Amino acid sequence: MKYLVLAAGLLSTTAANADVPELTVYTYDSFVSDWGPGPAVEEAFEKICGCDLKLVGAGDGAALLARIRLEGARSDADVVLGLDTNLTAAAKATGLFADHAVSADYTLPIEWNDKTFAPYDWGYFSFVHNADAAAPANFKDLAASDAKIVIQDPRSSTPGLGLLMWVKAAYGDDAPAIWADLSDNIVTVTKGWSEAYGLFLEGEADMVLSYTTSPAYHLIAEEDASKAAALFDEGHYVQVEVAGKLAASDQPELADQFLDFMVSDAFQSIIPTTNWMYPAVTPAAGLPAGFETLVQPGKSLLLSEDEAASLRDVALDEWLTALSQ
Amino acid sequence: MADCAQPVSPRLGIGAAILVAALILGTLAAVALRAEPGRGLGSSDWAALRFTLIQACLSAGLSVALAIPVARALARRRFRGRRLLISLLGAPFILPVIVAILGLLTVFGRAGWFSSGLALLGLEPVQIYGLHGVVLAHVFFNLPLATRLVLQGWQEIPAERFRLAAQLGADARAMRQLLEYPMLKRIVPGALAVVFAICLSSFAVALTLGGGPRATTIELAIYQAFRFDFDLGRAALLSGLQLILTGAAALVAVRVAAGEGFGTGLDRPLQRWDGSTAAARLVDGLWIVLAAGFLLLPLSAIVLAGLPGILTLTGAVWMAALNSIMVAALSTVVLLLLALPMATAVALGRGGMIEVAGILGLAASPLVIGTGLFIVIYPIADPFALALPVTALVNAVMALPFALRILVPRARAVVGRYGRLALSLDMRGLAFVWRVLLPRMRPQIGFAAGLAAALSMGDLGVIALFADPEFATLPLQVYRLMGAYRMEAAAGAALLLLALSMAAFWILDRGGRWHAEA
Repeated sequence: MKYLVLAAGLLSTTAANADVPELTVYTYDSFVSDWGPGPAVEEAFEKICGCDLKLVGAGDGAALLARIRLEGARSDADVVLGLDTNLTAAAKATGLFADHAVSADYTLPIEWNDKTFAPYDWGYFSFVHNADAAAPANFKDLAASDAKIVIQDPRSSTPGLGLLMWVKAAYGDDAPAIWADLSDNIVTVTKGWSEAYGLFLEGEADMVLSYTTSPAYHLIAEEDASKAAALFDEGHYVQVEVAGKLAASDQPELADQFLDFMVSDAFQSIIPTTNWMYPAVTPAAGLPAGFETLVQPGKSLLLSEDEAASLRDVALDEWLTALSQ
Repeated sequence: MADCAQPVSPRLGIGAAILVAALILGTLAAVALRAEPGRGLGSSDWAALRFTLIQACLSAGLSVALAIPVARALARRRFRGRRLLISLLGAPFILPVIVAILGLLTVFGRAGWFSSGLALLGLEPVQIYGLHGVVLAHVFFNLPLATRLVLQGWQEIPAERFRLAAQLGADARAMRQLLEYPMLKRIVPGALAVVFAICLSSFAVALTLGGGPRATTIELAIYQAFRFDFDLGRAALLSGLQLILTGAAALVAVRVAAGEGFGTGLDRPLQRWDGSTAAARLVDGLWIVLAAGFLLLPLSAIVLAGLPGILTLTGAVWMAALNSIMVAALSTVVLLLLALPMATAVALGRGGMIEVAGILGLAASPLVIGTGLFIVIYPIADPFALALPVTALVNAVMALPFALRILVPRARAVVGRYGRLALSLDMRGLAFVWRVLLPRMRPQIGFAAGLAAALSMGDLGVIALFADPEFATLPLQVYRLMGAYRMEAAAGAALLLLALSMAAFWILDRGGRWHAEA
C-alpha cells in the first residue's frame, strides 16, 4: 500500500515536471551522497539551466562503466561523470561516447588534450599516515621498513588499480621485485577504499593507500592535524577524474552545457571540500585554507590511457604472483 | 494419487520453488546470453575455487561443531538473560559485512583489545590475517545461526521423550544415543549445507581477513569478471560453478538428513534430568560464557564505536532507515509467501528438489542476480521505479534457505502427526492450514520472519544496480558515509542499522513465541 502511494507520488512529480527537460548524469556513489558534491552541484546547475538535473549514483568508477556497457545505446544517461584515465580507453572502445567541446585553463599537473573526456578534478595517490610517525621516502624505503600498510584490491577498487599503475609507472619491469619486497609490509588487501581507510583509522596499519588530499579532510572538517601524506621521491601517480557525453543522449545541448558548467568556478569551487580532490581548474578564489599545508610531489606520474590499458593485465598478473607467494 | 491422501496440496509449494529456481537460473541465463566471447576459466579461477572450497568447508565444519555444545547448553539450562542472549544470537549474522569486520578487528585486530591484553602480559599480538582469520570471521557470522538451527532441533524433541527416558533410568550417555544423536543426524547436515553455502559466496570478509590476493574466492572472481574485464560470460560461468557446488552440497544434505522424527508431544515445557550433575552444569556454563563472549565483544565494539556518531545523523540517514524498514517489511511478506507453501510441500514428501531450489538463493551471486534482472527488466521497465520490489524479492529469495531450514522440520512433524487425523475429520486445504498447520508453526514462522526482516535490513544486495537517486537504504548510506570520510557518522548509522535489525528480529521472533517456552 505504502509503495502504491509512493509510486503515485513519483508518477505525479514526473508528470508535473514534464515540460522541464531532464538531464541524467550517471556518477559514482560518493558523488551523489549528501556529503559529496552532488547536492550543491545540482542546485547550482539547476539555477542556470532551466532543467532538472538528475544525478544517479552507480557504485564506483568501474561499476559505472559496467553499467553503461550493460545499458548500451539505450541508456537514459546523457553524461557519465567519474571515470578515470585507467578506464577511459575501455570507455572509448565502447563507441558510446561523443566528443566534447569543453575548453578551459586546466591546472592539472599534466597536459590535457582528450577529445572525448573532460577532467573535473584530480589528486595524487599517496600513503596516509599518522603525522607523528616517520614516513618512508619511497617504495624501496617502505619495503625495507617494518611499516604495515593496507591497500585496496586492484580487481575491485579504483585506488587499488591506481597503486598498481603507480608502481608500474615508477619501476617498469622492476615492479614485480618491488611488490615482492612489499609483500611483508601489506597487512591486508581490501575490497574498496572505505574498508582500507576504516582499518587504518582503527589502528590496524601504519599507513593506508589514499590521496595527498586526505589530510585536508581531517584538517578542515575535523580540525585534526594528526594525519599526513608520505612524500615519495619516485613521484606520485596522478588520478584524473573525467566526464563524457553519451552519443545517444536525447539532450545533447544540455549535456554540453553541463560539461561547460563542470569546468566553471561554480562547480570547481564545490569540489575541494566535498570530493576532497584538487579542482581541475583552480577557482578564482583559490583553494580553501588548509590545502596549502598538503605535500606537493616533485614529480607527477601518469601512464597514458593506451599504456594503462595495455599494461593493466600484465601488472595485475605480476601483483597477483608477487603477493600470492 | 498421493494428493488424495494429503490434507493440503503441494502444488503451491512446487509453484513457488519453480518461481525461485526460474529467478536464479533465469538471471544467470540472461547474463550468459549477453556475453560476448571471452576467455574461459583460467588457472587463477581454479585457485580461487580451491581456496573457496577449503575455507567454506572449514568454516561450516567449525561453526556447526561449536554450535552443537552451545545449543545443547542453551537447551539444558535456564538462566536470567537466556532469552535475550538467544535473540542477540541473530545479530552478527545480519550486520553489513564492513561493520562486522570493523567490530571484529576492534577485538581481534593488530591493535585490538585481545592483542592489547596479550601485550600487558608481555605476549606477542595475535595475527588475525590469513586463512584462520577468514574462518574466525565466518564462525563469528555463522555460529549464531548454526546454534539457533541446532537449538531448534533440541526443542523439537518432545518433552515427553526426555521424561520417559528419565523414568526408564536412562543416563546421560543413553539419552544422547536415544534422543540427541538421531536429532543431530537430522538437523546437522542441513545446518552444514546452509553455512557452507553462505561461506561459499563470501567475498569482502575473505579478502580483508585473508590478508591478500591468496584469499581470492569465486565471488571476487565474479566481481573481477564484471568490473575489471567486463566478461559477462566468465561471470556467468563462475556463478554457475558456485550454484553447482551449493546444489551438490544441498543434495547431499537432503539425502543424509533423512530419518524419522520424534513425533510430537503436548508442547509442554522441556525439563531435563540428565544435565543436573555439577560437571554438566560447569561444561554448559563454560560453553555459554565462551560463545557469548566471542559474539558479544565485537558487538559491543560496534555499539561503542557508534554511540558518539548516532546523535549527529542527518535527515538523509533517517530517510534511508525508513526505506530499509519498508524493504524489510515487504521482503518478509514475500518470503513467507514463498517459504510456507514450499515448507509444506516438503513436509508432504515432495522434498528433494524443492529444498535444493530453496538453498540456491544462497549460492547465487547477488551481482549476477542483480545484473540478470537488470538485463531482463531494462528493456521493458524503468529499473529505478522497480528498486523497491526487486530488492524485496531478491532479499526474500536470499533468506529462503534459512526460512526453509527453520520451517521444514516443524512442518514435517505437524503434517506427520495431524495429517491423518485431519483427513479423517475431512479437514482439508485452507481449514487445515489455518487451524492446524499455522498455529503449530507459529514460533518457527516468527523466527523465520524475524531473520528475513533483519537480513533484508542489513543487505546491500542488488540495490546498487537499481539504486534510485531518491531511494537509498541504510546499508548503502553507511557505505556512502564511509566513502565521504565520515567514519564516525558511518559508525552511528551502523549502530542504528544494528538496532533496527535487532528490533525487527526481536519483535517477529517474540511475536511467534509469546506463548511458548523459548
